[in-house]
Amino acid sequence: MGFTVGIDIGSTTVKTVVLSESGELLFRAYERHFSRAREKAAQQLRGARGLLGGREAAVVITGSAGLGVSKASGIRFVQEVYATASAVRRYVPDADAAVELGGEDAKIIFFGDSLEERMNGSCAGGTGAFIDQMATLLNVGVGELDELALRCERVYPIASRCGVFAKSDIQPILNQGGRREDVAASIFQAVVDQTVAGLTQGRELTGKIVFLGGPLTYLKGLRMRFTETLKLDSEHAVFPDDADCFAALGAAALCERGDAAPFDDTLELLERSADCAALADTLEPLFNTREEYDAFRARHGAAAPPVCDAERYEGAGYLGIDAGSTTTKLVLISPDGGILYDHYGPNMGDPVSVVLECLREIRARFDGRVDIKACAATGYGEDLVKNAFGADLGIVETMAHYRAARYFEPDVDFIIDIGGQDVKCFKIRRGAIDGIMLNEACSSGCGSFVETFARALGYGTAEFTRLGLFAREPVDLGSRCTVFMNSSVKQAQKEGASIESISAGLSISVVKNAVYKVIRASSPEDMGVKLVAQGGTFLNDAVLRSFEREIGAFVTRPAIAGLMGAYGAALAAMDSGTERSALLDAEALANFEHTARPTTCGGCTNKCALIINTFGGARKYISGNRCSKPLGAEPSSGPNLMRYKLEKLRAMRGTGAGTGARGKVGIPFGMNMYEDLPFWFEFFTSLNFDVALSPESSRAMYVKGQRTIPSDTVCYPAKLMHGHVECLIDEGVDAVFYPCMPYNFDEGVSDNHYNCPVVAYYPELLQANIKRLRDVKFLAPYFGLHNRRGFERMAGEFFYESFGVPARETRLAAGRAYAAYGRYKRDILREGAEIMERAREQGKRIIVAAGRPYHIDPEINHGIDALITSLGLALVTEDAIPRLPRRGGARKRGVLNQWTYHARMYNAADAVCARADMQLVHLVSFGCGTDAIASDELREILEAGGKLYTQLKIDEVSNLGAARIRLRSLIAAMDDADAAAGDERYAAV
Amino acid sequence: MPRSDGALKYDRDGRLLFTRRMKREYTLLMPQMLPITFTMMKKVFELYGYKVDMLTSTHRGIVDTGLKYVHNDTCYPAILVIGQLLEALDSGNYDTDKVALLITQTGGGCRASNYIHLLRKALRRAGARHIPVVSVNLSGLERNPGFSLSLPMIRRLAIAMIYGDLLMWLRNQCKPYETTADAADILAAHWTDALVAMFGRGRGLSKKEIALRAADIAADFARLGRAGPQKTLIGVVGEIYVKYAPLGNNGLEDFLLAEGCEPVVPGLTDFMIFKINNRVVDAELYRGGALKKVVAGVFQRYIEGLQRVMIDAVKSQPVFRPMGSFRDLRRLVRGYVGYGNKMGEGWLLTAEMLELIHAGVGGIVCAQPFGCLPNHVAGKGMIRKIKDDYPHSNIVAVDYDPGATRINQENRIKLMLSNCKDGRDATAPSPQPETGDKITVSTAGRELRPATLPR
Repeated sequence: MGFTVGIDIGSTTVKTVVLSESGELLFRAYERHFSRAREKAAQQLRGARGLLGGREAAVVITGSAGLGVSKASGIRFVQEVYATASAVRRYVPDADAAVELGGEDAKIIFFGDSLEERMNGSCAGGTGAFIDQMATLLNVGVGELDELALRCERVYPIASRCGVFAKSDIQPILNQGGRREDVAASIFQAVVDQTVAGLTQGRELTGKIVFLGGPLTYLKGLRMRFTETLKLDSEHAVFPDDADCFAALGAAALCERGDAAPFDDTLELLERSADCAALADTLEPLFNTREEYDAFRARHGAAAPPVCDAERYEGAGYLGIDAGSTTTKLVLISPDGGILYDHYGPNMGDPVSVVLECLREIRARFDGRVDIKACAATGYGEDLVKNAFGADLGIVETMAHYRAARYFEPDVDFIIDIGGQDVKCFKIRRGAIDGIMLNEACSSGCGSFVETFARALGYGTAEFTRLGLFAREPVDLGSRCTVFMNSSVKQAQKEGASIESISAGLSISVVKNAVYKVIRASSPEDMGVKLVAQGGTFLNDAVLRSFEREIGAFVTRPAIAGLMGAYGAALAAMDSGTERSALLDAEALANFEHTARPTTCGGCTNKCALIINTFGGARKYISGNRCSKPLGAEPSSGPNLMRYKLEKLRAMRGTGAGTGARGKVGIPFGMNMYEDLPFWFEFFTSLNFDVALSPESSRAMYVKGQRTIPSDTVCYPAKLMHGHVECLIDEGVDAVFYPCMPYNFDEGVSDNHYNCPVVAYYPELLQANIKRLRDVKFLAPYFGLHNRRGFERMAGEFFYESFGVPARETRLAAGRAYAAYGRYKRDILREGAEIMERAREQGKRIIVAAGRPYHIDPEINHGIDALITSLGLALVTEDAIPRLPRRGGARKRGVLNQWTYHARMYNAADAVCARADMQLVHLVSFGCGTDAIASDELREILEAGGKLYTQLKIDEVSNLGAARIRLRSLIAAMDDADAAAGDERYAAV
Repeated sequence: MPRSDGALKYDRDGRLLFTRRMKREYTLLMPQMLPITFTMMKKVFELYGYKVDMLTSTHRGIVDTGLKYVHNDTCYPAILVIGQLLEALDSGNYDTDKVALLITQTGGGCRASNYIHLLRKALRRAGARHIPVVSVNLSGLERNPGFSLSLPMIRRLAIAMIYGDLLMWLRNQCKPYETTADAADILAAHWTDALVAMFGRGRGLSKKEIALRAADIAADFARLGRAGPQKTLIGVVGEIYVKYAPLGNNGLEDFLLAEGCEPVVPGLTDFMIFKINNRVVDAELYRGGALKKVVAGVFQRYIEGLQRVMIDAVKSQPVFRPMGSFRDLRRLVRGYVGYGNKMGEGWLLTAEMLELIHAGVGGIVCAQPFGCLPNHVAGKGMIRKIKDDYPHSNIVAVDYDPGATRINQENRIKLMLSNCKDGRDATAPSPQPETGDKITVSTAGRELRPATLPR
């Protein structure tokens, strides 16, 4: 065959190669297409005209965006992984595996006896796009990011599930002063972990591995992380020439005789295809006419702070600093609320420097004229800023926002704040916050997504969103998360959507995400009557318009929507009545020095990644800690039922009262074993088995098992089981026991008593995916403890077959086991009652952490228990709340009450509603499908009972920043509610 | 104590009841899952005096309505089904004071048992709490005075399911080769009408009559004009809704047809037997429920009998590849997951993948809603082991979700297709579809063609 041409049209780049008859590479091009995929492809092919004009050439298209082009042009298409595989076969014939990272997809191909090709699941998309986003976050180019990474000293553990999660982990590290070099390397490590964990799925990535695709060709830091993680030497890590064009090379190699045609004809086909676009899902335009827009502008011009002459003003001033996750805001106000100074800008991964610059400017401009009487800090970086600059008070950001909103709309009853990273919504009733809705990790980062996206296309955010105002056909980009949105954008681009349509579509998606995922509102009445919309993202008219459209009501947007946190902090500073601020003066600012040193706390098993900030050599601030231990204080020893339970359970190993003569049974300490261990420990020790418990969960243990996880969207507790089982095998037990249990105990308060499908059947998944389990005795029988007589008979048969235990012995052991389980449950109730009683004596508030038994695992809850007790709250768990009888006390559920663990949570919610000093916090693991049902129901129960619904979503993301804000908001709201109740009592007298 | 609220009646827990009067006056709206089967089932309901309308809408507004009223982390089928029902209420096509909603409830440990409650929550939020919701289930959940599944009715529904599976099975084997466009669909539609008419006359219900009709059907399909070489067989398994409903899987069958494949979609009958069999298994695994076990056993044997009739009918036309029986499936899955794995599609899903591999498909699409809990284990969780046991198996797991893009799904399916086309090229003439009785555990996988890349 003559010349062969491969065109790879990817999500971000287009690659074209031309091969001669002998397979020699005559021409290659690799370029970003900036959403103009078809034009770019045609342009590249045109570039080969000098070589091929007037001749015959066979052309094949590949790549995720190539399908549409192929359809439009009639040029043959081959799937890109398939193309890549054939290129690897050709150029690196002895390869064992190939890893290819692209803009949107990650792929692994295993060669050898059984060919396997894998692409990332929908949840883990956007590899190259993720690196782009992270670079923007650090305010550097991708090349600079790479250079930074090469100078790293340590690598932080970063959630590798997806770009959104990783970002949630990275942001706080930056905000707490982590080194940018280390963060850059950690970003690459997250990509590596995601690829390895998500794609190998039980097949070992060993031997000679070929690395392909743009990012792996150009980023040395990323290569280094891969070779280090996979422990490859230079012989086994292959980075071939033209690794960025391998799919195109493969496409060229796959050309057949039938693909040959006169080159000029093919070029024309491709050029013509560039013009046709067909959009599938389009939405209503935001504004149909200029008049509509003008009316909208006029309506939103009203809410602004009083005008004030900043250059001449003399008198008192109050400063508010909002160190947000992506932006830093400062506002200096006069006593009537007029703005003397404001700053809104990205924190560039170093909020301290940004604030320092601003403060120096403020001192220079206003010293002598304005007397700063008080300064308040808020936002993620509140503590850091407070410590660094001597701010007088810190205020939870939710309260800061409410304070500011009240200034513009005294009767406000609903606030929605969409910032760069977070969406926060509060309901307000009788002057107190009555409900808080914060986005969870999955739906975070929408605001800054628009920003990064705009920047990637070479626009400013404001300019970019303005483009969408009059778009005739906004595209529907979905609302699940930014990873999905990104992929929807790519699809829209492939279909030929205009920048205007995409801009409008993004604004609409941001709003839909907030309304349907965070607020869960289906009508404006779900929110309130007087709505205030704020946060930097709302400065965009397109976002504001689609919000009003979506909820069908008008809202107030203050002119300073982006500064509301800082403005509220300034107002709070004024409210505080402080007369002399401790804020650093001009001289101290001039000499200000700040160093940040990362370290790991060795105080306990949590192994918190600490950052030690020193200011001017004298003052020190430690961040990243969960408890007060690294600060030199005693660890918080507040009443903590989670820890009590954990310690009790950890003690259940060894031979107990038995001899251990029958051998060593290993029990993985995870999932429902956190509930059933007292049963099985007694059962096995009664039969004279020695019980070996896998160690407490840890990140290292997760990593140990992550290669055999087949489904990347399953919950973290389930993923940890892989590591637990591996540990038991290492320990050398005689058998591993982990039964399948579709049914849980029937506690008489629910319609049914199931376990969730994952708890029920996970042992079978382990057996099928962990090859090492085939070499040990893995016991995963179906048992149902709800039916005692049935269990005795089935267990009798099972243990006779497995170990020759006489059925009579098993029956006796079962009897003891049931008794031991009962004792354990009663002990929890007793201890819980005692904690609650003591708390009431001391006037402490009580938090019921409602989750699954395994949420007491410190690796799963990331030390949330210590955080709760360190805030001065008493902590009990849902199973310490006595059961309300079905008839009489408990109300009928709005759902089918089908799972035992959920029934306990509903029961606890009912109980909490009956006591003024109790609140419930719902712990949810990411990916827990059953909690999608439970969370709405819990919210309904709690809100009907006048309580706040607080959900803490926990996953691999180990940062507790978001949890801390939620809990502090909860406490602040309780304070408010108590104060309001006090006022009412007072008024009544 | 029933309380009355105007004309509306509630049970003691405050659940709005579907009354006898409503049966006369109201229209029941039902979602569609399998086009052919559900059309027949709808007719059965009508025979018993219900006014039923089946929703076949497919536009994007359904997803948006679903997202608005249902927790966004709930499974995709719930979002679609509830979105479709609420959208219909809003369409102006129905008098909302004279309409009720029909939804199935399985009663197992999967989230699907809660769809009905999610639907009620959605109705409350949409300000339509006066619209009754009727649960269709075989577990005795939520009784209504105006709605009951009598034994004769269950029998007719079961028979409708059998005919539906048969029509779908044969239609799928003719469609890719038909010489007259849409001939297979027209024939299926013709038989759907004819069978419904027969039901109305009380005919076509005895085993003997079913055998005759089924043989007629198979003969009719065998007479359809077909041409062209054997196409690659692609199996479709998965969560029941996204497996079947074009609304849920972005028209997967049509996509596979357009790619030049023959889709092989295992029918609903096995799922039904599976659900009944679960009760028998429960009684065996945990003891107790002896009576339930007997009743379920009788019912299971009845449907298995019907299944045999259907398989025999297909076998009467050797040009067609027959479906496997429930017993075959049960045997195949041994060593993978236990029979106690019953939530969602449970062990049946794994078994269907194995059955398809034994039937010689070139590849399999395992379709599930994003985050589907049972499929973590029975679907994605078993692909590794299947691959170990059958190195040339070629399974792609595809997630369906409101936010997942079609292009990503299709790209992954295309990857799977390019692998199996390779395999086909490697063996010169394509073998004719295997005609049944090929399912043997011992020769597993060896009959399969190797999937290799060009050298």
